Amino acid sequence: MKLTLKIWRQSGPNDKGQIVTYPIDNIEGDMSFLDMMDVLNEELIVKGEDPVAFDHDCREGICGMCSLFINGEAHGPDRAITTCQLHMRKFSDGETIYIEPWRAKAFPVIKDLVVDRGALDRVMASGGFVSVNTSGNTVDANAIPISKIDADKAFEAATCIGCGACVASCVNASAMLFVSAKVSQLALLPQGKIEATERVLNMVRTMDEEGFGNCTNTGACAVECPKEISLDNIARMNREYFKAMLTSE
Amino acid sequence: MSILDSKIPSGELNQKWSSYKDHIRLVNPANKRNIDIIVVGTGLAGGSASAALAELGYNVKSFCFQDSPRRAHSIAAQGGINAAKNYQGDGDSVFRLFYDTVKGGDYRAREANVYRLAEVSASIIDQCVAQGVPFAREYGGLLDNRSFGGSQVSRTFYAKGQTGQQLLLGAYSAMSRQIGKGKIQMYNRHEMLDLVLVDGKARGIIARNLVTGSLERFSAHAVVIASGGYGNVFYLSTNAMGSNVSAAWKVHKKGAYFANPCYTQIHPTCIPVSGDHQSKLTLMSESLRNDGRIWVPKNLEDSKAIREGRMKPTDITDENKDFFLERRYPAFGNLVPRDVASRAAKERCDAGFGVNTTGEAVYLDFASAIERYGREKARMNHDGEASIEIIMDLGAEVVKAKYGNLFQMYYKIVDQDPYKTPMMIYPAVHYTMGGVWVDYNLMTTITGCYATGEANFSDHGANRLGASALMQGLADGYFVLPYTIADYLADDIRTGKISTDLPEFVQTENDVKANIERLMNIKGTKTVDYFHKRLGKIMWDKVGMARNAEGLNWAIAEIQKLREEFYSNVRIPGTVDSFNPELDKANRVCDFLELGELMAKDALDREESCGGHFREEHQTEEGEAQRNDDKYAYVAAWEYTGKPSEAILHKEALVFDNIKLVQRSYK
Amino acid sequence: MSKSVILKSSIAKKYWMAFTGLFLCLFLVGHLLGNLQLFYAGEEGRRAFNEYAYFMQHNLLIKVMSYVTYLSILFHAIDGLLLAFQNKKARPVQYAMNKASANSSSASRQMALLGSIILIFIATHMVNFWGKMHFGEIPLHTLTKAVNVPISQDPNTGQIVKADIEFSYFLTTNGEYKQYAYKDPKTKLFESQMEVREETKLFDKNSNLEVAEGYKDLHSVVMGFFGKSANGNDVNELAWLAVLLYTISMAVLSFHLMHGFASAFQTLGLRHPRYTAIIKNVGMGFAIIVPAAFAAIPLYIFFK
Repeated sequence: MKLTLKIWRQSGPNDKGQIVTYPIDNIEGDMSFLDMMDVLNEELIVKGEDPVAFDHDCREGICGMCSLFINGEAHGPDRAITTCQLHMRKFSDGETIYIEPWRAKAFPVIKDLVVDRGALDRVMASGGFVSVNTSGNTVDANAIPISKIDADKAFEAATCIGCGACVASCVNASAMLFVSAKVSQLALLPQGKIEATERVLNMVRTMDEEGFGNCTNTGACAVECPKEISLDNIARMNREYFKAMLTSE
Repeated sequence: MSILDSKIPSGELNQKWSSYKDHIRLVNPANKRNIDIIVVGTGLAGGSASAALAELGYNVKSFCFQDSPRRAHSIAAQGGINAAKNYQGDGDSVFRLFYDTVKGGDYRAREANVYRLAEVSASIIDQCVAQGVPFAREYGGLLDNRSFGGSQVSRTFYAKGQTGQQLLLGAYSAMSRQIGKGKIQMYNRHEMLDLVLVDGKARGIIARNLVTGSLERFSAHAVVIASGGYGNVFYLSTNAMGSNVSAAWKVHKKGAYFANPCYTQIHPTCIPVSGDHQSKLTLMSESLRNDGRIWVPKNLEDSKAIREGRMKPTDITDENKDFFLERRYPAFGNLVPRDVASRAAKERCDAGFGVNTTGEAVYLDFASAIERYGREKARMNHDGEASIEIIMDLGAEVVKAKYGNLFQMYYKIVDQDPYKTPMMIYPAVHYTMGGVWVDYNLMTTITGCYATGEANFSDHGANRLGASALMQGLADGYFVLPYTIADYLADDIRTGKISTDLPEFVQTENDVKANIERLMNIKGTKTVDYFHKRLGKIMWDKVGMARNAEGLNWAIAEIQKLREEFYSNVRIPGTVDSFNPELDKANRVCDFLELGELMAKDALDREESCGGHFREEHQTEEGEAQRNDDKYAYVAAWEYTGKPSEAILHKEALVFDNIKLVQRSYK
Repeated sequence: MSKSVILKSSIAKKYWMAFTGLFLCLFLVGHLLGNLQLFYAGEEGRRAFNEYAYFMQHNLLIKVMSYVTYLSILFHAIDGLLLAFQNKKARPVQYAMNKASANSSSASRQMALLGSIILIFIATHMVNFWGKMHFGEIPLHTLTKAVNVPISQDPNTGQIVKADIEFSYFLTTNGEYKQYAYKDPKTKLFESQMEVREETKLFDKNSNLEVAEGYKDLHSVVMGFFGKSANGNDVNELAWLAVLLYTISMAVLSFHLMHGFASAFQTLGLRHPRYTAIIKNVGMGFAIIVPAAFAAIPLYIFFK
């Protein structure tokens, strides 16, 4: 397969950056997208050029590190996968592929396609936990039965990998899907309900402070989410916030 | 040869840990505030340790090379976590978990450590549930379990195929809470490049800020290495691309012994290699062996036809399938331990029965499970007359609920629907049982330097059972290290802050700087990956699933040559003082190039087969691993002397007071 | 409950959008029901519409509701624009290639633009009708009828001579048509014994007393605006343009509602596997039917 890559190059946070075109050849359908990026970088290094920086780690769709905006969509045209799980068979010979970093004020570019997603960590640090110390003396795991339905819903919310595709896809660069997934998971479980009020207020406040946009319910986040986190979670967070807003002291 | 002091407490096996805990020294809360601890790595072991230590009141500095602690590769663990809860009432107990783990490790693990692991396993589940980890539950609201290889009870707790993710996010959220409070200083995108020793004690690290490229000094009263395993020495493995041995190797070079480096786990169920360009292998959870049956065609002709694309696996009837695990190991069937399953698959493929175009794959077939579940479901739906299509659809629903994400992963990678056609799998490097030698306190041979999780060697012997890695990582971090480290730190309550201006810090930083400059100045013609791939090939061919003296000697020589070539011809683009992933890789590959040689040396030295270490010279007539307990029932701990080839072997004898050593049998 | 939570947080801002939006949907229904009277032909339709307009202007409850409506519109617009500006700021560098159509409807992404168009429409709409009604000059609802009445008696035959004389009436708020003038058959000029003061008050010229209050003839204004002459009203020469712009505005409203209706429920957290599909369908129906019915009125007037 012969392809034309149009890749965002930016040497550092203060560089203006631009799209640079790279032709690439001998790409096979069973290569992953990142295998293809490796091939490009090998070529660039041998030619004495600067390889393209991009984030990646587990390459099996779970760590959430890879983060490319491919042909106008977060993680590319396929659904329910991350960039590292995208395979070149999804593209056709001669195609032009745009590769850009996640774009959001809250995700400043570090280099090329690498962005700083620390904002998501800071949201988590503001409330994405149950305040329980490690002791070995908590109640027995089976002491509090949890309905399978709630447990499954909590699990589905908890599968968020924190990649930021929701932010990247959202026309407003909103992080509502990410934040609501954690709020939802913990709001559904008895262990998390105790701190539910403070959690949702704090996490939303941090989310706002980090400069994410506001949710306009376009639903783009859920479509592009590699883990198919549902909009149900945003609705649940909206309910949680409403309750919290009216009852917090 | 010195005798290593493992500091195992005296007393009855089941009393050791509790009486030990009762008598070790503590640090009072006010003093904890004056003590700093560095934790390198934020996986299950590092993340849980950071959180637990910060909760106790210590000032924790945590490091990870990724952009967030949540990305550590523990996140990719799929199947589950063992715990001796006996919720299923199927006869499980602490002793049985202990026994299974020691046996599964082919009697090369330390009894006391494993028993402690089994003891605290139940607390892990309690703790994680309290954190909000959404484990799978039954309709009654109680926790569900499934079975894993090497045990005959259901003691594995799970969250679909994402157990590692859920546990890691639990640890990450516990960390986040402490980060929010300022008790953990989190250093993302930082890589530890050396350990700083002051008066022979671990007192800090030099880390590279991977964003700016600058070297930074960090001091602490103790350093915990929780940087995971070294499977990436094989280049192709199920490890993350960034997983590396560097932190562990640096402490090894500073005096920590490295134990049993040859114990490598080759996981039987991975998606087979598809081509040369491949950068990474993907695991298909062992839990799939609960329901999947492994087979190759019975007739060589059929295998050939499949390889050449003339036949499909679905064309072969059950009579013509060789369910070789069920045939060879009727008692455990498809749930034999990983080393056994991997070797059996390799044996079939070497004999010419392999499938896939490469001939290096066997089938993992869900058809009979899908049908079984489908019939059950149809009966529950009062539809006894359902057609086979409906039954298969119903069954597929059940299988999807159990393993949906794994099937989806397989489909996306291979482009074949595993609900319709059997999966192709082949063994791949997955986990390394070897690691930094630690005593019962998890302290390495460097005073004040600890190693936890996969980075240490302690609990899995020569082979790790499925769902035990998560257990060990969290046990070390939540329930072991927080106690044992206090015993050491009790001496440090008056030490005060350690200055990073001490000459030892300056010296170590200069050494690191010199190393990096040396690499950058080579300006050769080959990329870092080029060398890494070549190293991986040597390792896989000669230090992989089956090893022999000739191959190992060859590998040692080849790795030495490759290392020389690396230092004369590697090309690292970019600059030192910038974001430079190629330099990061080069730093890691340097260490792999040394470690690989030590692995081969260790493998050569161990003239027996045990667990993941299989020496072709030492096998039974049936091709099973042949241990030599008289000569090799010890931990091989290697001391660094400047060159891997000149590493000095120290032996820690393994004493089994509670388990009788027998030929491991799963028949 | 701190003020910042209720006004400043992103989610609270959205609640306000949802509440005001849904309230405005209710308003649309009310407004539409009133407007539909414009289909009711003849003097009776005219009378019904003008009586309705009077009622809307004078009923206390309606008055309160109308102030809530104005506030809602203002709040919805200001809050919406505020959110839109924040959203714009949240992505300072745009994508070179963005295939948003693959993951969301264009209406959902263009709510601010659609809303701004609607705001402009509301402004012009209010100038054209509401403003005139409240502050401008609107003729009173008058009716001129030719009545064949006896005007004299033939002195010779004693026969009663009848002639068509045009009488003019005001429609008064007590429900009567009150005659105020007639055309003098001799002078052919209207002679009136009443005059209008303060726009709607009817005074008897002779006694200088207020005798009744008249209805404003909004109906004729509307008809004229959309190109229909009736009761001697001014006919808009650009009626075709008015009809066209009105229809376009309704299309814009339709798109705004297509996303906005269901979106408001989502924002308020009213989502449930059993009901969400219903909400979406109702929203879609609402978004199509209400603006279409609004648009049908000027089209009907124009083409009738």
